[in-house]
Amino acid sequence: MSTVKVNLRVNGTAYARDVEPRMLLCDFLREELELKGTHIGCEHGVCGTCTVLVDGESARACLMFAVQADGAEVRTVESLAKDGKLSLIQQAFWEKHGLQCGFCTPAMLMVATELLEHNPVPSHEDIREAVSSNLCRCTGYFNIVDAVQTAVAMIKGGKQ
Amino acid sequence: MNSPHIPKHIPSDGYIPRSRQRETPRKDYKWIGKNMKRVEDPRLLTGQAGYIDDIKLPNMAYAAVLRSDRAHARIKKIDVSKANALPGVLLVMTGEDAKKVTGPTAQFASPPVVQYCIAVDRVRHVGEAVAAVVAENRYIAEDACELIDVEYEDLPVVVDPEKALLSTGDAVLHPDRGPSNVAYRKTFTFGPVDEDFADADRVVERRLRWARSGAQPLETVGAVAEYHSGTGKFTVYGNSSFVNYVGWLVGASLGVPAHKFNLIPVTTGGSFGSKLFTHKVLTLTATLARACGRPVKFIEDRLDNTMNCDNHGSDRVYYCKLALKNDGTILALKFRVIDDYGAYLQFGYGTHGNSLCQIVGPYRINSVEMELVAVLTNKCQQGAYRGFGSEVTNWMIERMVDAAADELRMDPFEIRRRNFIRPDQFPYVIPTGNLYDSGNYPAVMDEALRIADIKKWKDIQAKGRAEGRCIGIGVASCQERSVFSATEFWSLNPLDTPGFQLTSSPESTQIRIDPTGNIQVTLGSPFWGNSPETMATQIVAEQFQCDPANVNIVYAGTDSAFNSTGPGGSRFTVMIAGAIVGASMKIKEKIRRIAGQMLESSPGDLEFRDGKIGVKGVPGMEKTIGEVALFAHYFRLSLPDGDEYSGGLDASYVYDHPLTTMPAADRSHLGIFYPIMGHMCHMALVEVDPKTGKVKILDYVAVHDAGTVVNPMTLAGHIRGGTAQGIGTAFYEHFYYDENGQLLTASFADYLIPTLDEMPAQIRVGHVETPSPFTEYGIKGGGEGGRMGAPPALTRAVEDALSRYGVRVDELPLTPRRVRSLVRATEQRQGSAS
Repeated sequence: MSTVKVNLRVNGTAYARDVEPRMLLCDFLREELELKGTHIGCEHGVCGTCTVLVDGESARACLMFAVQADGAEVRTVESLAKDGKLSLIQQAFWEKHGLQCGFCTPAMLMVATELLEHNPVPSHEDIREAVSSNLCRCTGYFNIVDAVQTAVAMIKGGKQ
Repeated sequence: MNSPHIPKHIPSDGYIPRSRQRETPRKDYKWIGKNMKRVEDPRLLTGQAGYIDDIKLPNMAYAAVLRSDRAHARIKKIDVSKANALPGVLLVMTGEDAKKVTGPTAQFASPPVVQYCIAVDRVRHVGEAVAAVVAENRYIAEDACELIDVEYEDLPVVVDPEKALLSTGDAVLHPDRGPSNVAYRKTFTFGPVDEDFADADRVVERRLRWARSGAQPLETVGAVAEYHSGTGKFTVYGNSSFVNYVGWLVGASLGVPAHKFNLIPVTTGGSFGSKLFTHKVLTLTATLARACGRPVKFIEDRLDNTMNCDNHGSDRVYYCKLALKNDGTILALKFRVIDDYGAYLQFGYGTHGNSLCQIVGPYRINSVEMELVAVLTNKCQQGAYRGFGSEVTNWMIERMVDAAADELRMDPFEIRRRNFIRPDQFPYVIPTGNLYDSGNYPAVMDEALRIADIKKWKDIQAKGRAEGRCIGIGVASCQERSVFSATEFWSLNPLDTPGFQLTSSPESTQIRIDPTGNIQVTLGSPFWGNSPETMATQIVAEQFQCDPANVNIVYAGTDSAFNSTGPGGSRFTVMIAGAIVGASMKIKEKIRRIAGQMLESSPGDLEFRDGKIGVKGVPGMEKTIGEVALFAHYFRLSLPDGDEYSGGLDASYVYDHPLTTMPAADRSHLGIFYPIMGHMCHMALVEVDPKTGKVKILDYVAVHDAGTVVNPMTLAGHIRGGTAQGIGTAFYEHFYYDENGQLLTASFADYLIPTLDEMPAQIRVGHVETPSPFTEYGIKGGGEGGRMGAPPALTRAVEDALSRYGVRVDELPLTPRRVRSLVRATEQRQGSAS
């Protein structure tokens, strides 16, 4: 099958690749760029496990072709920790036991990242609204909400 | 220990073996009982978990599977020529091709129900594998599947378990097993059922229907397999949980002995029972790798998983009778259960063996009779799902107790209390022969009532009802058996074909202290989504009184692990604690011996304290574990001669079930097989909108007794997560097959896993600790709990909410549609009466 050129930035690094137009963004990230932190749960756009940020907005990487991200800035879970130090949101998930198997976690972290970038002081309802976009089969979500709330408090407290 | 309660029909002499507990429960733990943050998390939080789909081998090819769109059909012809001609395709394999090189997949039913990794001659459910393709990438493999032409001859389809009782001719799925879809039918009687029913003042009867739902972890099943023709050995990465229990059986299907089949565990993205074995994917992927001569990856997509996984749960119809006295005393339980196992029988009748370990719930019920009818239909096979059948009987028992309360106009809490096994009656042997080791059921209920603030709930309910709202309260007091014994897998098998009567279900560890004093712990069971590393770390730190940061956990595959079973039946924490205690005791003895030499003290005068070993009562006279370890590794000549001073500090230990006995030869009892008995009280406050059928959970309380708690934070995580799954089972989730055998709920758009929107604002969790007298530290399992208590509590809450409609709930899930149909039936009845 013929390929097309895709130019994009992922986690701050520029990439140029020739890919089949049908290649999904999630497969592109995982197979072409070896970024294994973005997971694939249903491939129907329901579970949200593959959520990444495209130009700052959350997107289902299983419902996007890589070519649709041409020219975009994509962020994945691999962008969160800096110099081996977990981001505040990652720390909060660890503190609050916001994960068990960890499979949905990178997407939940990206959802939380998007929320706090758009709304640094979200209400409890705002957090529930954001987290309700994705499925988690282990936790019942309570500790995820707690973790996001804790991250908000940490940011307020200036623990950057 | 109290004098045990043993029913009269069980020979009491020597029935209960002595306890092998070495670490008796204490109050002064340094690490056990603490909310330690999980050691697994940093790699999971940074996207570096290493799940099965993250494995990539050099020169690896990718597989996809063509699945049957027919529920029941003969395969007349398969034309793979167009698929083979597609550029990038390396191999196309049909069931006929696979059967030439690979035998039937492993299964545990006796007599067997033969199953292959790709269907041979006939498909028996939608989603069964018909052919597999290996290609340069997954996209091409899926393209090639589309190019395979299959000619089918349709056969009659059966999806209703009660209709399956009557199947004949071509509707019979496995004619080699006889001319019927009834795989098994047998009545088991435990105690004087007829006498107890004769003594009853009343008998309550119900037909109950538990619908098929499944675990559906967000990660599907997958494998990466490589075959080395030079050595004749397979190396397979898989996300099975029972790697070192049954992994070698995949090698047997492939025709190679265990030492030519190395199964390597990976981090697993959730199981809930559904990845115990993953035999079909392992067998298929290894078969493809050998045939195409390259490493092959096969990862199920979601539809592969929902249609053909190992994780469809129980699918049962019950006809129950409960014998009662007028004062609420429950005498006996009698039931017929028809269980729709789907097209194959992976775990035999184990889900009913499991149920029988706690079939009287927390109640003093004197006798039980079960008629088991296992049927085969054109659905995906059953596997294991959190509860393994006992979640269904919990619901059934609690439904019957609620029915009894209604019949006698008793308070649901009161009838439960009246029948509870009393705290002074343990150890308590139930009619089936299983033993309940310990418990305090009234205390658990009291704690739940306290946390809920029942007076407040009743005020909310009364006020709401006065406003015309439908608000209900439900309670469930249920058992959570933990630590299965392998006898549950076969104890119900036909006596003339008893099958492989294994009695081991061990867990092992190898512990090695390196020359710097850090402790390397090897587990024989994988990470399946819970906290094995955290549990092991806390227990090792407790054993050596060291900093958890000095403990590192690794996992062993079949080439190097000792006997291990894996997580299942809420056993892992209890079992790994037993293995760690055993191995640690051996190493500590050696540390004492060597430190005794170093400190010129008697080993008996030494104690472990703060990462050191020192002379009791003499502060400062001590060595760090690191100093002893360095000495043990590199200063052999400074120690006396003899094997007890041989180099290094390491030990392994295989810990087997702490308390299990054999079933009676005539199955008048089943022995002790699931005795480490947890307990829970769940309470739900719900509001039902009778116009839409929507249920809203206003408040929820779950109090569990899992014995000594190793980590309250992670146990609470299980309870809340399990309750969320129980909410799904009660209200939303259903693998629904239409009359043609089509699975109408195959995708997550139709199979409704609860989102946060379906959760209550909170689940308030409490713990009561009744330590087990049989396990190390008194730990009990708690991994399955939430899902085993939520369905009956929620069912009763909805029933109570709809009490003005006189509704009786006998079937799950309580979707809006079902709730509406219950309300509508009453409205129509009232309408026609007026």
